[in-house]
Amino acid sequence: MDQVTPVEHAHPGAATYLRIAAVLAILTVLEVGVFYVPVFHAILVPALLILSAIKFTLVVMFYMHLKMDSAFFTFLFGGPLLLACCVALALLFLFGAIGLGK
Amino acid sequence: MTHAAAEHHTSMGVPSRKMAFWAFIGSECLLFGSLISTYLVYKGRSVVGPYPHEILNIPLTSFSTFDLLMSSLMMVLALAAVQRGDMKWGKIWLLSTALLGIVFLGMQTYEFTSFVREGLTLQTNLFGATFFVLTGTHGAHVTVGVIWLLTLFFRALQGKLGPEHALTVEISGLYWHFVDVVWIVIFTVVYLIQ
Repeated sequence: MDQVTPVEHAHPGAATYLRIAAVLAILTVLEVGVFYVPVFHAILVPALLILSAIKFTLVVMFYMHLKMDSAFFTFLFGGPLLLACCVALALLFLFGAIGLGK
Repeated sequence: MTHAAAEHHTSMGVPSRKMAFWAFIGSECLLFGSLISTYLVYKGRSVVGPYPHEILNIPLTSFSTFDLLMSSLMMVLALAAVQRGDMKWGKIWLLSTALLGIVFLGMQTYEFTSFVREGLTLQTNLFGATFFVLTGTHGAHVTVGVIWLLTLFFRALQGKLGPEHALTVEISGLYWHFVDVVWIVIFTVVYLIQ
């Protein structure tokens, strides 16, 4: 029988988790600020999407430990996530919700 | 380390249960991807009101978002406590996570009932149909997460949850954080980008 060596990686400590939580809270305040302050309305959609993507990445990398865990988990999560994004974009193009202009 | 070694590992050296759960989370990405796509495809195509900008409560939902983010913090602190064998704090953080989940569900229930009072139901228009299905599916996931966390809490109270079950807590944490990241996307796409 083959000997399997478990892949173990240390998780971050409480201090790192607290710092990430503080960053997430600040990003949420920024999101709501961008929504309410009229001067940001010209860049509302890209700004919100970028802030949301940063929050998403922080939770997945640090709280779900993808940064420290096996790369195979990143593949198991990232593959379907990429597929979901592609399907969403395809549907939005197909139904004319977004377009390349006429 | 001895507890971790007792878990069944795949030929790649990763715990089998954890690998299976990541595959499940991958499938959940496709489920929520399809629901969010449906919401976006039908966005702005309702022919009768209420419309999103008339009815969505941003201050309330911002607080829900903050609540869920803090619950994720409680969850990782619970995992860290269980991993180091500190079951007193493990129980406190697990219960805190569940309570924050219950607060989120309470605010969602308030939001849904106020929408119904204002005339928005599943049958009212395309916005109502896609909004309630998307956020309702997410709320159902939060409910399952709260039940799961409370189960772990009561097992810990009975002394049946210890450091040897850290992987079980980690997997429940993966589920909880996934529910959180889905809400991060919903908050932006549904509530802030109107």
